[in-house]
Amino acid sequence: MEALTWAEILSRMFYQLIPVWIALIATFSISIYYKRNLGLYGKLFDSPIGMIGFGIVLFWAYVGFFAGAFDMISTHDPLSQVSGMKNKVPGTPFRGAEEGDYAFYLLGGDHLARDVFSRVMDGASIIIVIAPLATLFAFMVGITLGLPAGYYGGKLDTLLSFVANLILAFPVILLFYLLVTPEIRMTGLPQYMAIFLFSFPILFFAVLINTRFYIEPKKRNILMIIIVGLLGYLYLSLINEPGSKVTIFNTIDGFDVPGGLLTVFVSVVFVNSPTVFRIVRGLTLDIKTRDYVSAAQTRGEGAWYIMLWEILPNARGPLIVDFCLRIGYTTILLGTLGFFGLGLDPESPNWGATINEGRKLLSIYPHPALPPAFALLSLVLGLNLLADGLREESLKD
Amino acid sequence: MGQFILRRVGLMLITSICLTFIVFFLTNLFPNLEKLAKTQGNFRMSEAEVTSFLEDRGYLQPLPIKYGQWLGVLPGYVIEGKDGTIRGKCIKPGMQAEDAATFCGVLQGDWGYSTVFKDDIGKLVLIRLSLTGKLMFWVMILMIPSALIIGILAGMREGSRTDRTLSTFSITTTATPEYVSGVIFIAVFSSTAFGLKWFKGTATKAMEDANFENFFLPVLTIALYGMGYIARMTRASMAEVMTAQYIRTARLKGVSFGNIVVKHALRNALIAPFTVIMLQFPWLLNGVVIVETLFNYKGFGWVLVQAAGNNDVELLLAVSAVSVVVVLLTQLISDIGYVYLNPRISVS
Repeated sequence: MEALTWAEILSRMFYQLIPVWIALIATFSISIYYKRNLGLYGKLFDSPIGMIGFGIVLFWAYVGFFAGAFDMISTHDPLSQVSGMKNKVPGTPFRGAEEGDYAFYLLGGDHLARDVFSRVMDGASIIIVIAPLATLFAFMVGITLGLPAGYYGGKLDTLLSFVANLILAFPVILLFYLLVTPEIRMTGLPQYMAIFLFSFPILFFAVLINTRFYIEPKKRNILMIIIVGLLGYLYLSLINEPGSKVTIFNTIDGFDVPGGLLTVFVSVVFVNSPTVFRIVRGLTLDIKTRDYVSAAQTRGEGAWYIMLWEILPNARGPLIVDFCLRIGYTTILLGTLGFFGLGLDPESPNWGATINEGRKLLSIYPHPALPPAFALLSLVLGLNLLADGLREESLKD
Repeated sequence: MGQFILRRVGLMLITSICLTFIVFFLTNLFPNLEKLAKTQGNFRMSEAEVTSFLEDRGYLQPLPIKYGQWLGVLPGYVIEGKDGTIRGKCIKPGMQAEDAATFCGVLQGDWGYSTVFKDDIGKLVLIRLSLTGKLMFWVMILMIPSALIIGILAGMREGSRTDRTLSTFSITTTATPEYVSGVIFIAVFSSTAFGLKWFKGTATKAMEDANFENFFLPVLTIALYGMGYIARMTRASMAEVMTAQYIRTARLKGVSFGNIVVKHALRNALIAPFTVIMLQFPWLLNGVVIVETLFNYKGFGWVLVQAAGNNDVELLLAVSAVSVVVVLLTQLISDIGYVYLNPRISVS
């Protein structure tokens, strides 16, 4: 069989991505049609930059979704090594193709003869789950600590700010090298950190519900049991892992996080939360001087009610913008970890590890390293453009 | 002002002590020490052998005591090993036990001995730092002027086509981490596949003899990532200054646009970017680690990776102490500089 030309490669990739295009067009047409009723999200479609950014982000989100959940986009198994396909250029026919096999390596093979196209597409499904989730956890920690630090001030603020600055003064890579090694995992330290860091979301929601509904104890108790119970179950399943230091909850352990993933997750949350803390603290210092906060204080509202239901909603604009930027930054961090071969299984198709493996033969065979590099670049760029668009639109009113 | 600096220096000292203690704690966890013993001795050591190896070299003393010895506030250990040789923290190879000093820590200027490079750490780190210094110097030379020019050109006329183009460019550079841009540059400019062999893909030769061909790509890779952020800050601050009252007055007075930008707006617009440039140092440190690994330039960042990968405890401590001091010093300089540049802010 003949090797494909670039035009054929591109058209075949386009064909392979058809589910993504359909989902993208559907989302965009529905959103643009109803954009007047959709608040800030709808306004995004007024700014071309925001729309482009959102499009790119959504593209990768759908790629990750279809590749991860339905195994649709990729043409080959991202881990299987096929003899004779080592370092082959894009468009090489698949050697020994049988009935049902895809007949080409669209973007060539890497140094272990795996399909680059499938690895990039499957890598998206890892990133789109871990990056937003880790960012969300970092925000929970940052908000839960930043609000009281800014609101109360004093000794609490000094202490928390000192700790935050301490973590920020660490070079990130050094911290990763210290935390994300198999030896450290053996000591159980990441799990202890997980116990500490992941308790913040539960704390956050418990206080959130209590401050809002404490006058209606019945409603509060029901909500509290449902939400805190659910979160608590997830929390215990997350921190517990058979065969490690934390095994006391083995009986109710719902799912296992594969080895190394928890460590990566914890370190990324740990690195991100001090910055979020500083942003939230700064916003709180600014907002607590407003009249509506004084009004709530005069009404006799509790401190946590004011923080969570008066200050936090009014700080949402900058926080949403920063959330988008920070997902991008987390993506870069995850790539850095992969690049240094830390944490995630080096076999797994995450983009950082794929770039790292591809760079070894870069001057002879650049094709295995370039697709994941451009994928990561475009996703982060999309998130940055999205944040820019959101900032512009939220400043308009 | 003097008191302000004094307080900041004090805070800096506390921070670096805390941080080095954390590094000390993490590197001295038992699995890490076990790995160290096995790489130093041999991989087939039994558990008892590992313990005696570590005990003879003072690794199994209580943590605060070990930390005190490293700092140089407690006398260094002298242990007679099970094999009969006397080892001490202050007894260098080829030295008699009687000649050694009692205290030998950081305070005495002794950073210890690297188990990976088999060399004195103080000397080693200094050489590597000077290599990284060379890299950073050229990064600064390239990054700061281009970032400021891009920012000023973009902020001069907000919303114009130049502004849109340059802003998109700076967003793109901030979205491109070093390991992505470095890989793309090497692939495009130095691989046989693209055929443009303009630059070298490694910078190993640049350590002794840096020239444009082998040094430009690493410098560009680091500079590009930092550039976008500084340019965006400059643009924002320039755009804000350009809407100020006194700029309008100057315009109505009939001052030419070029003169307004250069003589009236520039100084005020550069206050914010100055602090940002200083605060970029910690980020640049990350970039240095990635780029030095990617281009095989054996500087400070490369040493960090080697030390961390092999759990070379004392080298890691030295590296983290140096980088923490660099980070905190730049924060201090940025604060002081901000006060001097901006007459509206005072330290009290």
